[in-house]
Amino acid sequence: MLYIYIYIYIYNIVRCGGSKVNLRPPIISTDSRFLLCASGDLVKVYSTRTEEWLHSLQGHTNQVTGIALNPANHLQVYSCSVDGTVKLWDFIDGILIKTFIIGYPLFAIYVSEKHEGVLFLHVSMATDSKNECFQLVAVHLPKSAEQEVEAKEMSVVSSHISSNPSCTAFGRGGEYIAFARHLQLNVYFFRKQKTCSFSLKATDKKGAKNAFTCIACHPTDDCIATGHEDGKIRLWRNFIHKKEYTYSTQHWHHNAVNTLCFTPEGTHLLSGGIESVLVQWQYGAGNRKEFLPRLGGSILHISVSSDGQLFCTSHSDNKITVIESSFKVCGVIQGLVKGDGVLTDLMIDPRSKALVLNGKPGHLQFYSLLRDKHLYNLDIVQQEYIYEAGLDQFEVVKAAFDIKGSWLATVEERGQKSSDLEFFLKLWAFDERTQSFVLNTTITAAHTDRIISMCFSSSKETTMLVTIAEDGQFKAWCQGADADTQQDQNFWSCDFVGSYHNLKPTNCSFSADSSLLAVSFQEVITIWSPETWEMLTTLCQPPGVIRDLCFGRLSCSKYLLGTTTRNLLCCWNLLTCALEWSSSVEVSKLQPDPLSENVAAFSYQSKHTDVFVFKPSEPRPLFTNKNVCSEKVHRAVFVPREEPLNNCDESSQWLNRSQLYFLTQNMDLLTFSTATEEDRILSSSKQLVIDDSVAVTPFYLLLGKHGQQQQKLNTQSHPAADKPQQPQGSVTIKELLHTPAHVLPAASVLCSMFVNSLLISNTGVQQDPLREEMDSEKEEEDSEEEMEACDSQQELRVQGSVDEVTLKLSKAQERELKRVRKTDFSWMAGLIDSKP
Amino acid sequence: MASFKPTKVQFLPKLGEKVTEETLYWKNYKSPVQIKEFGAITKIDFSPLPPHNYAVTASTRIHIYGPHSQEPIRSFTRFRDTAYGGRFRGDGKLLVAGSEEGLIRLFDISGRVALRQFKGHSKAVHMTSFLSDGFRVVSGSDDLSCRVWDVPSAVELSSLTQHTDYIRALAPSKLNPDLFVTGSYDHTVKVFDMRSGSSVMTMQHGHPVECVLLYPSEVLLVSTGGRYVKVWDLLKGGQELVSLKNHHKTVTCACVSSVGNKLLTGSLDRHVKVYNSSYKVAHNFDCDASILSMAIAPDDEALAVGMTNGVLSVRHRRHQKDKETLTSRRRRGPSYQVFVKGKNFAPRQDDFLVSKPVKQYLRKYDKQLKSFEVSKALDTALQTWTRTSKPDVTVAVIIELNRRGTLKNALAGRNEERCFCVLFFRHIFDPRFSRPLLMVGDIVLDLYQQVFHESPVVERLLQRLMEVLGREAELQQELLQVLGILDTLFTSLTPRKEVACVKTLQSISVLKTTDLSQEKRKIYHIYFE
Repeated sequence: MLYIYIYIYIYNIVRCGGSKVNLRPPIISTDSRFLLCASGDLVKVYSTRTEEWLHSLQGHTNQVTGIALNPANHLQVYSCSVDGTVKLWDFIDGILIKTFIIGYPLFAIYVSEKHEGVLFLHVSMATDSKNECFQLVAVHLPKSAEQEVEAKEMSVVSSHISSNPSCTAFGRGGEYIAFARHLQLNVYFFRKQKTCSFSLKATDKKGAKNAFTCIACHPTDDCIATGHEDGKIRLWRNFIHKKEYTYSTQHWHHNAVNTLCFTPEGTHLLSGGIESVLVQWQYGAGNRKEFLPRLGGSILHISVSSDGQLFCTSHSDNKITVIESSFKVCGVIQGLVKGDGVLTDLMIDPRSKALVLNGKPGHLQFYSLLRDKHLYNLDIVQQEYIYEAGLDQFEVVKAAFDIKGSWLATVEERGQKSSDLEFFLKLWAFDERTQSFVLNTTITAAHTDRIISMCFSSSKETTMLVTIAEDGQFKAWCQGADADTQQDQNFWSCDFVGSYHNLKPTNCSFSADSSLLAVSFQEVITIWSPETWEMLTTLCQPPGVIRDLCFGRLSCSKYLLGTTTRNLLCCWNLLTCALEWSSSVEVSKLQPDPLSENVAAFSYQSKHTDVFVFKPSEPRPLFTNKNVCSEKVHRAVFVPREEPLNNCDESSQWLNRSQLYFLTQNMDLLTFSTATEEDRILSSSKQLVIDDSVAVTPFYLLLGKHGQQQQKLNTQSHPAADKPQQPQGSVTIKELLHTPAHVLPAASVLCSMFVNSLLISNTGVQQDPLREEMDSEKEEEDSEEEMEACDSQQELRVQGSVDEVTLKLSKAQERELKRVRKTDFSWMAGLIDSKP
Repeated sequence: MASFKPTKVQFLPKLGEKVTEETLYWKNYKSPVQIKEFGAITKIDFSPLPPHNYAVTASTRIHIYGPHSQEPIRSFTRFRDTAYGGRFRGDGKLLVAGSEEGLIRLFDISGRVALRQFKGHSKAVHMTSFLSDGFRVVSGSDDLSCRVWDVPSAVELSSLTQHTDYIRALAPSKLNPDLFVTGSYDHTVKVFDMRSGSSVMTMQHGHPVECVLLYPSEVLLVSTGGRYVKVWDLLKGGQELVSLKNHHKTVTCACVSSVGNKLLTGSLDRHVKVYNSSYKVAHNFDCDASILSMAIAPDDEALAVGMTNGVLSVRHRRHQKDKETLTSRRRRGPSYQVFVKGKNFAPRQDDFLVSKPVKQYLRKYDKQLKSFEVSKALDTALQTWTRTSKPDVTVAVIIELNRRGTLKNALAGRNEERCFCVLFFRHIFDPRFSRPLLMVGDIVLDLYQQVFHESPVVERLLQRLMEVLGREAELQQELLQVLGILDTLFTSLTPRKEVACVKTLQSISVLKTTDLSQEKRKIYHIYFE
């Protein structure tokens, strides 16, 4: 029974590699220190200064679709999600404060200072799935002390709005709300409870497209800026009187304006579009503007910090750029670039063990899977990227590393759509000094037609590249010094050109010791010796064109595996040149593990993908996982682990040395993870939460220093007791520092405690008196505040025992959470009381 | 924010010879000094003593020039008929020369009148030389005989008649005073030993021998004649080491450089070729007329070439200091001090360092491309200087414009003059550039179809373009035919061995793929020569 239990839980298919950070505009906290953005089902908190990912707010069960700072408390943030809930978080500590259950999928959230306790949400009324109809609703948040509240009090503001969340905006401190849909701009005045609508013609004389794409309202003036599909920006004024409205038009963008944003003082208007140029218009100064070009992918959102000192733009290449108001880029937060553009295989850089695939247009991205962090981009195309829709650009379509990671071969292509194809084969050498790849050779006309595939030889001594192309040839490229020029730089040149009956090659592969090269030509596999370029033998197993080809590794190196388009997986024994076994599986991707004999096969049958892991020596799979995902898998890679796991369980042994990552057609990067790993990840993320978010205040320095001194004392006096004591002491102080200032007890209370703590106790016993002191202080405070404190007190007492806390961190957290919630309420109540 | 990435000018393989150390060495000669003589220059000889004057035999005179003088510092004019083969003695004090009338004269360098006259040849003496002891003179004549003369007594020591045709080449050994080599129009090269009094070695050159030459080690012997240069190994009993056929016409002269013992040959096809140690042509000097004689000064300081039209062209070696003076004269602008000002300033500990941003300098066309001024950028790239001397830049800009999808815009709206310069861009048949340029031509035709007839200049240009295109197309077709012939030849040559067949086919397919017509042209040459 237990065995089955483990079996089920050992394999989890985990989404990894950072989801989109550019779905919704990021927000900058009021003190400009934190940047929050919705990413998958998380809200991620970054530091604006160091661009480090501090922690994430975890709790939603589906895509987070909107975040907004709580206008009543700038340390709290609302987030809404497709799962139908709105959550209120303390984003500095990462604590969930409250959950409001709405019940409908939510797509955007808007808040305004003027509307206390009211959230404006984009709700999809899923009456019929075909024409989704979005509604803008105002939700009145119930004032209840419970953690999960159902918010039922809703009123519909408009029942027909655009699905684009940037087409809705609050104006002039929340006096009205403007929303646009297609060619109509609506303004809803809260005071008059009335909607004015203004519409444009579908096209004007010049054939411009006038549809609205985004809206921004001036913070103090009665002015609405709208962006249009043809790149125009219109500034609407005087719209309070429906008949006398006016608008002025400004035109700089050559394509649709994606986003508009006013600075908090309203002096400037920021706009961005596909050109990837951030344009700053001076408000009221007509056409005067500033530019910040070449920011990356096209700009999707712009947001401004509340003091107007920082802008941040999110880009289509999964990137957030932090820009100072002096138009200087000061930080870039880059996620894993995914999208339609992944044309290369998934690869692993043998040196950095980073995942490599194409990222920004014309670049290869190096992404550390271990840290879930973008490492760097390697510019392959080295040309100025022109941001223009429909332009045929150079794209990196193939890339390959040699076994040591000292060479990288790339193929870039242009003109896939049109008839004249341009492509370059480039070879990059790793430069030890700069620790990056340097262009070594560019081959302009490597083949007469498109390169289908390429691979490096796997021997460590000599590097050889084999490319196969649609012109029916395969070419071997070698690095060789030119004898005549006597230059010490080694360039690559063609060594051999081979073909087989003018058939079109489909795939190529080197054996593990690179003594053999297999090239498949349609239905025939030819085996060549790279030493002499003799064709040794041909293998043929009709029917079906060979699709994938790979040699076995280690003990199975005498086997050659091939998959055909007609649902066959064949295994040949190269010693006898005979078919060893074959099985009828539709295999879309065959991926050998470089560190073991295992081969993973992805099979797509009846609309879902199955994974088989097997050794070529036996046709029986080691591991089968049915229905991994519903899409076809075309790219997969085994990533070697830093340190091998030692799972003795037979069915999980294949994951011991390396991990299997694969990319589905929806561009989700998935992996198999084991239970032990998840534990590790969780614990590491907990550790992460600590120090980074703590501001370095004089108070902290004092306390921190003091804590260190105490720890030192500890080590001197009680070396044995030191280990459990240390974390305990720091936890107390950290707790004190973590809690927001408004939640802390009064300064007078703290002061005495603080002074007490500074006194060196004559007994030499270090922390226990302090903690008791603190506990008692807290008791007092608690009893003052609420009656229900008794059980939390109990917990506080329990906390005194060291072992309890270190083992059950979750409990301590829970306690902390409760306490924060409690104090928070009282504080909110006070606020509500004070305001009329 | 990334900075603007400038247009990448593609590095194209240089057609023609590769740049090696050797070519650089041989390129390091100044442009030739031309001196007009009265007739065809048949012999040039450098004095072995510094300052290395040289004797030039032309018509009825022998002139002696100083290393850098344009005027002869001495001339010997007492010849009744054409003088031949003026040569210095090993100490540079005596000079011997033959003549058309068969008389051999011996001159003192400082005198005018012949010191000795050796009579005995019945026909013209084309070759004379001192043997290495300095007391004997050897001569080769058209009367088929080879005679050795004693200088002090002016008597004939011996006469060797072993050739069956004119003797036109002679080379004494420097190491052994009794050895000399002769070459004759009877297609043979003979080595004579005075001690035995007859030839000790005979080599068949296969063509009338124009010149023989011994390497300084005297192990290798070079003979030229016909279009061939042959190198013989004397220690192996006169075995042919290598036979070179790099000239298109008769090779008339050869010499060996003193640095690195490189072989130089001059021919009637107006070329001087320099061979490297593996007898591949390393460098090539072009001359105005057929070359008859050539000599290189010790230390390769000067290369003198004599031609049929009587022009002596002397190339002097360029030295490092010459270059320096040239560049120092040219330099203008702020002095070096300006640039290093404040460079050695050491910051103090509490100084705050503000790094100056590195400014990116862009070419003019890049600046225009950066601001999307496509038509202007094309104009900049099509400036006369750029398109003639740096066609790769022009083509790179065209390719960049095409990539941006704005090539049509850039080409549109041009007047006659600006259109003219687009059409005038004549690298269209360079296989490296033909693809983008043909595309440009296409677009131009599309754009201006309606208005071409309005301008006669453009119309004429178009007609020329059409003519050249037609010719090129014809040539291509012919070359393809040749390629087909070669294919069949190769396949018939190696019918059994499959792999070898693949390899030869591979070499052809490489040719096919790489350089379209350039390689084909080469094959064309190979095939028809």
